[in-house]
Amino acid sequence: MTKIVTDVVCPFCGTLCDDLEVKVSDDGTQILEVYNACVIGTEKFLHSQAKDRLKVPQMQDEEGNWKDVSIDDAVDYTAQMLCNAKKPLMYGWSSTNCEAQSTGNEIAEIVGAVVDNTATVCHGTTLIAVQDVGVPSCTLGEVKNRADRIVFWGCNPAHAHPRHMSRYSIFPRGFFTGKGHKARKMVVVDPRSTDTAKMADVHMQIEQGRDYELLSALRVAVRGAPLPETVAGIPRETIQDVAETLKSGRFVVIFFGMGVTQTLSKNHNIDMAISLTRDLNEYTKAAIMPMRGHYNVTGSGQVLGWQFGFPFCVDLSRGFARYNPGDSSSNDLLRRGEVDAVFVLGSDPGAHFPISSVKKIAQLPSVCVDPHHTPTSAVCKLHMPVAFVGVEEAGCAYRMDNVPIETRKVVEAPEGMVSDEEFLKMVLTRVKEIKGVA
Amino acid sequence: METVTLTPKAQPDLYIDAENITPDAFAGKTAAEIAAFHVHEGNQTGLLGTYFDVSGKAGATAAETKIVIKGDVLKVKYIGMRMTAGEILVEGSADMYIGAWMEGGRIHVRGNIDAFSGTGMKGGEIEVDGNAGNYLGAAYRGDWRGMQSGTIRVHGNAGSDIGTFMNGGTIIIDGDVDVHVGTHAEGGTIIVKGNGKSKIGGQMVKGEIYVFGTIDVMMPGYVYRKDVDLEVDGTKATFAMYEGDMGERHGKRKGEVIYGHIYQKY
Repeated sequence: MTKIVTDVVCPFCGTLCDDLEVKVSDDGTQILEVYNACVIGTEKFLHSQAKDRLKVPQMQDEEGNWKDVSIDDAVDYTAQMLCNAKKPLMYGWSSTNCEAQSTGNEIAEIVGAVVDNTATVCHGTTLIAVQDVGVPSCTLGEVKNRADRIVFWGCNPAHAHPRHMSRYSIFPRGFFTGKGHKARKMVVVDPRSTDTAKMADVHMQIEQGRDYELLSALRVAVRGAPLPETVAGIPRETIQDVAETLKSGRFVVIFFGMGVTQTLSKNHNIDMAISLTRDLNEYTKAAIMPMRGHYNVTGSGQVLGWQFGFPFCVDLSRGFARYNPGDSSSNDLLRRGEVDAVFVLGSDPGAHFPISSVKKIAQLPSVCVDPHHTPTSAVCKLHMPVAFVGVEEAGCAYRMDNVPIETRKVVEAPEGMVSDEEFLKMVLTRVKEIKGVA
Repeated sequence: METVTLTPKAQPDLYIDAENITPDAFAGKTAAEIAAFHVHEGNQTGLLGTYFDVSGKAGATAAETKIVIKGDVLKVKYIGMRMTAGEILVEGSADMYIGAWMEGGRIHVRGNIDAFSGTGMKGGEIEVDGNAGNYLGAAYRGDWRGMQSGTIRVHGNAGSDIGTFMNGGTIIIDGDVDVHVGTHAEGGTIIVKGNGKSKIGGQMVKGEIYVFGTIDVMMPGYVYRKDVDLEVDGTKATFAMYEGDMGERHGKRKGEVIYGHIYQKY
């Protein structure tokens, strides 16, 4: 007999779908099938069942040979590395639960580390803009029930957040949106003709790197001021039409992704988009929301926020929290040679950072905590395999609209494997012993 | 004026925070006392004397103190932070946060400086013979008060985001600048004698930006008004005057709307 676990939360993207059903074997050790999830979410669950999965920590010597070590050795190496460093970098945190993030932050405070999460190469610029001009946002429930003008700017939910449009933004019939997608106008701004763009009522195929100008032009159009003939390759009439479409809606939502946060102008793009949202609120209701990638990157920002006051790039080396992306951000620290040890958990900088940063990680004492063997493990001195959070371990995660959702444990982790939180607690105990902190 | 000379001797492994290198901190101290000042390398606290030979002595007050740094200090941050008077001369290049939040006095760097120099500057003067990094005279993250007063003069080029949230003072760049000049400015003057790129004066409420060279793409919120003859930092020329940013809020004075201005030299 198999059993079905219901209301499972998907630990993949920031949409954090909470309606999954998972068929598990009778003894509760094996996942057989996953229902309701997108292909990526399904893979995340089925990946945990891989037969060749790493279960034992491994250390790499200078010649690149790996040897198995015990968990105690892994804990000791990690603790010694963090305690001996003058400025260790503790990076990642976005694919784990808030409990583990909080424990990690405690270690960082004791050892005087820099804590940074994946927002640093993703929506960190959004957070900078929010600090500059504030943010009028809402929850995804409000989007589903009220929004009738949807803008996707520099994002492609059809591929990156596959169930976003069906659960919240385009197709669902909500309380005041009984006609579903028929009553919604969809605007996509993207230099490429993506699968999302193909669905749009209006696709503004913008010149690359001119988002700041086009957002500004929309603000000018909303105010009814004159515009040049074309802006960012878009004719004036189209811009004025889109401004009119947005103003005439009952509830406008602008979703945006890394197409605007990590291209030319970065935080200024979001700054301008937030300002546009604010301007639209003079005429109708408008909100703006980042399409967060990792399922709990928002949670890392929340935990860092309530513990240290800053959402990412938190430098604790001087014993108090300092923050300045550009100075305390992972890539700048690595590129400039400002850190002397690297701890990675719940992310894969080896695959996503510039090669100049990855080379620096390879030269430093480094630890990678991840269920999988990743490109980051390949350059780290120690790889510590852990249980899958959200599959083999429960815990709190924050959805892209800052709603906390408790993820569920579906199956048992393989015998002897620890979770992120358990590993970090062991490191914390060892760090306290070394530092002589009570 | 008394002079304290710092000669770099040991390079730190990482970078050091040296916000104590200011005439204000040095005033009234002997060389030995100054060598015992704290600097911070990551989570370690060290002594200024470990990284510099200190000679000479400081004046009785900050205004009577001059600090000369003989050579490059590429791994030293926060030189002249919050200084109120006196003088600093760096005979090489320096790192980030030179003269951040400074209120008075003068800093002269013979080489280049890195990002965040003159952050939230309230007064005084910074002169750089080489190039400047990004965020020159900008606001600290989340602050709406960038540079408020004083002068920054860069003889080389400058990076992006100069004068963000600026609301007073003057920045003069003899060379070229990268994107985003005077974003969110609510006052102040920026003079670019070389070329600008794009996103100049975005979201500007008030203030003046002069560009002697080219502008790749003008912000859509700027409207050409007229040609004007001006003398800008010693150069007499005819400029095209643009008003904007039309997408941004603007105040009124005597019934007239006050806009930000971009002047581009013919």
